[in-house]
Amino acid sequence: MTVLTPQLLARLAVLGVLGVVVQTAAISQLPIAGANADLSPLLVMAVGLLCGSLAGGTFGFGVGLFADVVSLQTLGVSSLVLLGVGYGAGRLREARDPEGTLVPIAVGAAATLAFGIAFALIQFLLGVDAPVSWALLRQLLATLVINTLVALPTYALVRRCLQPALPDDPRRRRRRAYTTGGLSPLSRGVEIRR
Amino acid sequence: MYDKTVRRRRAVLGLLVACSLILLTAYFGETGSGALHGVQRGTSEILNPVQEGASRALKPIRDLFGWFGDTIAAKGQVEELRRERDRLRSEVLDNEVASADYDRLSNLLQLDGALGLKDLGPQTGRVIFQSPTVWYATIRVDKGSDDGVRLLQPVINEEALIGRVTEVFGGSAQVTLLTDTTTKVPARAGPRGEFGIVEPSSAGNPTDLVMNFTKPGAKISVGDRVVTRGTEPEDRQQSLYPVGLPIGQIKRIDNEGTDTQEVHLRPFADMRSLDFVQILTKPRGPSS
Repeated sequence: MTVLTPQLLARLAVLGVLGVVVQTAAISQLPIAGANADLSPLLVMAVGLLCGSLAGGTFGFGVGLFADVVSLQTLGVSSLVLLGVGYGAGRLREARDPEGTLVPIAVGAAATLAFGIAFALIQFLLGVDAPVSWALLRQLLATLVINTLVALPTYALVRRCLQPALPDDPRRRRRRAYTTGGLSPLSRGVEIRR
Repeated sequence: MYDKTVRRRRAVLGLLVACSLILLTAYFGETGSGALHGVQRGTSEILNPVQEGASRALKPIRDLFGWFGDTIAAKGQVEELRRERDRLRSEVLDNEVASADYDRLSNLLQLDGALGLKDLGPQTGRVIFQSPTVWYATIRVDKGSDDGVRLLQPVINEEALIGRVTEVFGGSAQVTLLTDTTTKVPARAGPRGEFGIVEPSSAGNPTDLVMNFTKPGAKISVGDRVVTRGTEPEDRQQSLYPVGLPIGQIKRIDNEGTDTQEVHLRPFADMRSLDFVQILTKPRGPSS
């Protein structure tokens, strides 16, 4: 589990605020195929994958709360859903530590889908009178496709922002170990045979 | 150590979930003027300038995306707009045709009133056919014997006399125009009503008629109007063409004052663009 240092917290805070502002000021005004990209679940997913469940959950809660405040939505809905998204992504990293390049795409798609479904469920539970229509499903699917397409660049951007504050990035640690020599299992095997 | 970490993680998760649920419940339960709503409004007011600034700063990006989106959307709309354009063009043409029809029919009614043709049983018909060759200056209208149309009845349009009925069918009739070489109409011209026979000057010339058999010393001049005489020249019997139907206007007089004098006139009616005509089914009055 990543230690939440002050530097990391500061970066997460800036990232969250900027992400919500960019989302509300620009991204939500760029309709693509009748829908918009939703950066919130992607940002939270990326933080969860990079920093773990605690940081991911906290970041998701904060981003959701901020988004609810800025958008004048019902407080607590986005924060609850994004908390789950961030925590889930963090647990995935902690339990499985997936390394594939396409992992952010798959996790981003799953995060977007989970966010969309959970958000809709909570809205229905709160008594929002909106019929389930094809248009709604189409919107959800369009957002899912767009978010899947931008998941990888978003993840790369978040990793670039947080990397200086991530002392125990597993991939960086492994790369450093292999390039400095001596710790690679293959080289160890050679040493043993000698 | 591991248990402590797990416990801490779960505690934070539970705390955040609880916070979310409390916020949700409190927000949902309070009125619009409640504390959470107030906090939300206040925060939004504080962040409004930030959002506005960000929105302005990001406008070029939005415009860029918008340009791409508009271009893609425009390409998708091209075909739809083409269909819309074609449909509107067709509607405009229909409207123009309807408007022209209205004007012509209105003029026909005015001519009827001015010439007192209402007693002559005018039957308004639409031109459904026009001879494709200049050698036969004929048209076909959608009124026939079923409508009281008979042979040799005079035909007018909204401007003047145009011809006579030369074939009658059940629901249509053929009209031979003044410009046909077989047409001869007794007419008069000038202030004293000088007599003459109006004929086409040549085949296929819809803008030139000749008034023959005028007296060499007849008091007629260029610009005089030529109208039907109403009687036949041989026996002074009533002609099939009622008296006073306008035919045309004298445009020049060849060999003036001689026995071979030719009075050329331009017909009032444009024989090349006939849409509606009226057949006078009672050319000799109501008793005919």
